[in-house]
Amino acid sequence: MPVKPRIVVQADDFSAQDEARLLTEGRKDVGALVTFTGLCRDEAGTLSALELEHYPGMAEAELTRIAEQAIERWPLTGLTVIHRFGKIPPGENIVLVIAASSHRRAAFEAADFLMDYLKTRAPFWKKEHLVTGGESEWVEARDCDDKDAARWT
Amino acid sequence: MNIRYFAWVRERVGKEEETLELPADVKTVADLISHLKGLDDYHAAAFEEEDAIRVALDQEHVEADAELGSAREVAFFPPMTGG
Repeated sequence: MPVKPRIVVQADDFSAQDEARLLTEGRKDVGALVTFTGLCRDEAGTLSALELEHYPGMAEAELTRIAEQAIERWPLTGLTVIHRFGKIPPGENIVLVIAASSHRRAAFEAADFLMDYLKTRAPFWKKEHLVTGGESEWVEARDCDDKDAARWT
Repeated sequence: MNIRYFAWVRERVGKEEETLELPADVKTVADLISHLKGLDDYHAAAFEEEDAIRVALDQEHVEADAELGSAREVAFFPPMTGG
């Protein structure tokens, strides 16, 4: 039976521990669990918050499409992707990817792939709010993210 | 057709979405962009950096040469910066 990914787009925080437990509880076939958490950093004290805008509906749909590609490509036993939206202060979680598999290589690679594709294809946009109260700026997409995503083609 | 805007495209257009009746000769995404640019200064400013704008038809990524076909919703936005 193909694995069904758990995809969540929400304003609220998540618990990486609770989510990891959901992928392993009651199972004996999971040999590897890779958990990636992306957090909001303060950019050397200059940033007061990141505001994440998203495209409701498409965000979930695109994350599901990316997750399904990962499931096709690697022998996973489970896959969870959670992305937050709204205003997120430094130190808080933004994104969670957990890949579970029988063996580590598949779990590592699937989580890495997920993040690369998520960054370039999932419809989320970050705006930086500054400590100085100066004008907020949209974060620009970085070429290196496109190069990272191209590693998988 | 329902048209949605996100991030700085939304800010420049000055609205989150709008519903427009399109002329019959607007067949592709590129045609639609040309049409929108001609509406007013706000749309013209939003689509000034046309190459920097990404498009989705019915919530799936497409390129500018895509046919609008029977799509109900088109969205314009900058390159994504989530994660």
